[in-house]
Amino acid sequence: MDRRDFLTRGKKDKAPAPQPIATRHITSGINPYAGPWTENEIVHLLKRTMFGAKKADVDYFKTRSVSQAVDELLNPTAPQPAPPVKEYVTSTQPGTPDGNIAQGTTWVNDINNDGTVQSQRVASYKKWWTGVLINQDRSIREKLNMFWINHFGNESQDVGYGNWAYKQHDLIRQNALGNFKQMVDAITKDISMLRYLNGYLSVASAPDENYGRELMELFTLGKGPGSQYTENDVKEAAKALTGWQINGTTYTSVFTSSRHSAVNKTFSAFFNNTVITGRTGATAGQLELTDLLNMIFATQETAKFICRKFYRYFVYYTIDSATETNVIEPLAAIFRNSNYNIRTVLTALFKSEHFFDVLNQNCYIKSPADHIIGSLREMNATFPPLTDWDTNYGMWNFFYANMVNTGQTLHDPPNVSGLPAYYQEPLYHEIWINSDSLPKRNQFTDIMVNSGYTRNGQRVIFNLVPYVQQFSNPGNPNDLIDDALKFIFRNQLSYETKKTIKTQILLSNQLYDYYWTNAWMAYIASPTTANFNIVNNRLKPLFQYFFNLSEYQLS
Amino acid sequence: MKRRDFLQKSIPAATLLPALINGYSVKAFAADSPLVQALMQGITNTDHVLVIIQLAGGNDGLNMVIPISTYSNYFNARSNVAIPQNRILSLSGTGASGLHPAMTGMQNIFNNGNMKVVQAVGYPQPNFSHFRATDIWMSASNSNQEVFNGWAGRYLNYEYPNFPTGYPNTDMPDPLAIQIGSTTSLTTQGPVVNMGMSITSATSFYNLVSGTTDPVPDTPAGKELKYIRLVNQQTQKYSTVIRNAANAVTQQSTYPTNNSLADQLKIVARLIKGGLKTRIYMVSFGGFDTHSVQVNAADTTTGGHATLLQRVSDACKAFQDDLQFLQIQDRVIGMTYSEFGRRIKSNSSVGTDHGAAAPMFLFGTKIETGILGNNPDIPINASVNDNVPMQYDFRSIYSTILEKWFCLDKTIVAGLYPPNINSQLQSLPLFKSSITCNAVVPPPPPDPVIDGLITNYPNPFTSSTKITFKTEGGHTLIQIIDTLGRVIRTLVEKDYAAAATDFVTFNGEGLPTGIYYARLQNGVTQKVRPMMKVRE
Repeated sequence: MDRRDFLTRGKKDKAPAPQPIATRHITSGINPYAGPWTENEIVHLLKRTMFGAKKADVDYFKTRSVSQAVDELLNPTAPQPAPPVKEYVTSTQPGTPDGNIAQGTTWVNDINNDGTVQSQRVASYKKWWTGVLINQDRSIREKLNMFWINHFGNESQDVGYGNWAYKQHDLIRQNALGNFKQMVDAITKDISMLRYLNGYLSVASAPDENYGRELMELFTLGKGPGSQYTENDVKEAAKALTGWQINGTTYTSVFTSSRHSAVNKTFSAFFNNTVITGRTGATAGQLELTDLLNMIFATQETAKFICRKFYRYFVYYTIDSATETNVIEPLAAIFRNSNYNIRTVLTALFKSEHFFDVLNQNCYIKSPADHIIGSLREMNATFPPLTDWDTNYGMWNFFYANMVNTGQTLHDPPNVSGLPAYYQEPLYHEIWINSDSLPKRNQFTDIMVNSGYTRNGQRVIFNLVPYVQQFSNPGNPNDLIDDALKFIFRNQLSYETKKTIKTQILLSNQLYDYYWTNAWMAYIASPTTANFNIVNNRLKPLFQYFFNLSEYQLS
Repeated sequence: MKRRDFLQKSIPAATLLPALINGYSVKAFAADSPLVQALMQGITNTDHVLVIIQLAGGNDGLNMVIPISTYSNYFNARSNVAIPQNRILSLSGTGASGLHPAMTGMQNIFNNGNMKVVQAVGYPQPNFSHFRATDIWMSASNSNQEVFNGWAGRYLNYEYPNFPTGYPNTDMPDPLAIQIGSTTSLTTQGPVVNMGMSITSATSFYNLVSGTTDPVPDTPAGKELKYIRLVNQQTQKYSTVIRNAANAVTQQSTYPTNNSLADQLKIVARLIKGGLKTRIYMVSFGGFDTHSVQVNAADTTTGGHATLLQRVSDACKAFQDDLQFLQIQDRVIGMTYSEFGRRIKSNSSVGTDHGAAAPMFLFGTKIETGILGNNPDIPINASVNDNVPMQYDFRSIYSTILEKWFCLDKTIVAGLYPPNINSQLQSLPLFKSSITCNAVVPPPPPDPVIDGLITNYPNPFTSSTKITFKTEGGHTLIQIIDTLGRVIRTLVEKDYAAAATDFVTFNGEGLPTGIYYARLQNGVTQKVRPMMKVRE
């Protein structure tokens, strides 16, 4: 699909006009951070590298140094999640056989070219991915995986194959912390990508420029001031990329040399006038692709472009000249010098004093995934065992629908540029918050606090009593509020505000703290339903209030 | 699959539709039901407004409405906090009870013919925990029952069945209920969502006029917080209508200063006059948990409790005057309640401990002045365990308001309450006959204080006693209440086809000796008869 089709589409976001940019005198660079390592810094690191900062994870990293913590987060050891299973109802229509696999077993290796079945699998895949996010391991894996899938911008519903979407997802998942150049090589030949950007149609007689263009503009070089590739470079790249096709019975890509353009491809001065020698035969496609990527990755710009994207995804969206000089350029050098090792460059970013600079804390508007998945994780929402796939997929579907309702799709951006919050000037992350999404965010947390979501008689809800029970002194309403805010907010409320909230909610307008303390102690001494409800009835509006404050939307 | 199809399939019905809950016959309407389509405004058309005034902490009702007719027993039970008889404010038309001397404002409203005092309001099996008792009053549950939504929430859910889907709209552009305070309370919690909104959150109205918002630092974090708050203000569904309503009123009469209840009621009057169609407002005023130093020992008419009562009284009077000034007095009633009253006998700390039933005030030009019920029975030598027994169940007050003020059919009202209580709800004579929403105004009830309606023999008794009672026909209830205020037996609950005199035997075997109350309820009538069990 052509990205430019979308440019004329009406924008439905009703975001207010951008505010003048606030003061941001931030001069720190990528020297290793050596400041305090307290709950505040750990929460900052976890909220940016994972979905939400669970208290248990914060406690875990308290006993590590900042360097150890970053190393652990960037070296996941947990096994990758099991693939999605057939949880959808088998279609009974005669034209859509889907009988090879039983419910509860995975469909990812089952070839089936029926449109209905594949659209069921696209939906199934997204539920599964939502579940993977909720059940993420203690590492950067899921947040980074989401970054890359958004980076490559495929619309899985447009491609139309659940199996293909999963295949691309898995390819990216396996490479997410590895070598970026290898990842681009693999994604170029990925069948979803061939389909989505028309590579599979591109032949020597009429090369399709779509992938060649996006490879440069969106996946590697970008359109920054230092990116000087030309229209002719796009055309020449398109020629080098001709000949790749999709085998619809094996779900693999194949290179058909007869469709490949064997002429020499000549590039502009930006690429040092590189000439890629035209080739023939079965290896021509891979050889020319390697040459093409070597040429692109030899520029200074690829590393800078990717580091800026990392920055906007993990740190903040404003990149002023100081940040470009002090952060982007040195990170890009690390990226190039490591031969594009993703783990290496991200390790440098997350260990840097710039990342922990107070000016970079608490300024990140949560994505819907941060908001929904992060809330569920931080509040220790519990789900049935994974073996109960029917209940789990239904629940995951509910949470995914809430993400969609608040503006974030998984593997289905509006166009190949990915989600606008990560590239669209000048609003960037502020795009997430608008007159439609903000009330829905609040409604989501309201529901999770009050009634939760029930499926098959099982309920996911924010269990507030056990949540506050993990704090050191929940019987003291002041400590309770301070401890809760430490994890769910990044900025602290004023004393006056906290006092008002405490009195009006936790004390039910009574005057003294002991009203809450007595109720809490009564519950601890005798955890009857009645005593539980007394404290729970006060915690519910308290947390509902916190979640509805504007502050909760920041991480 | 198209994205939109997917979304429609993905959204659970429970977030959109009110649900049937724990045995409540709350009606659930599908979004596409013609009824819902037709009734985007409230089902019942009324411009009536209820203002609920919560006195948090457990207000000492006996020092607010003082029993003159049994003054010596009252004084003996609580001599260290008792109000001197000659300082009690008199109420027109009755010499039996009077008001605390600090409540000249309420006295004025009463004597002007606009206030009802309902004696000894409570519920069976009173709970003495602040939190639990508050939850009971807000949810209107039975005391042994957990209900997670509020009585007003269920009412509003009936009137606006799909809220918040489709709201605000042209017919109901305004919040259904407004709480002045930082959170929407259990009172307005509906079966699925809260039907009310609060207007003191950091970004909304109350703080704009009278409070503060935490400041925004000049940093990237501050920039984003400011941005989100801006969107919050713009998209707070009701912020514009609330602000417009507030701005539409430029002049109000005078309210007392340094009185947070008056501050809240002033906003309420302003919003009502400003044109909001909101039916229920809630305000809260705390500090009534007067275990110690309730009064100044040198002058028991002064002290902490007196200050609180004066603020309540001054605030309500100013509010009533303002309603008059704004010419909206006929649309509004106020109702005070507290989660419980206090013990008959005072403690040695010059205070009173948690108790059972207590009086409620209802005021407004459509409220019929008078005292409903009798002075509580106070034993000659009240013990520490003696409580004011319930004369009226608080849910009868609520249901009467729903029926008479909000014009709901009785059967609908009954459906909003737990099934085992709805048959016991009384329709009470709270309103003047000039209120307009019921086409047929029931005749004023007979004087409820009629001796001989319920008697027992023998009295005192040793093991059992025969209770004789008169019923006018219809629903008739005989309950036995102990001195803690708990209903320990329900001896009779049935419908009589015609007026009758009947009897029932109360078997008190196995019960401790002491005072028990036999309570008759028949239509609008109730009567409590003290009985004494003694040793053989």
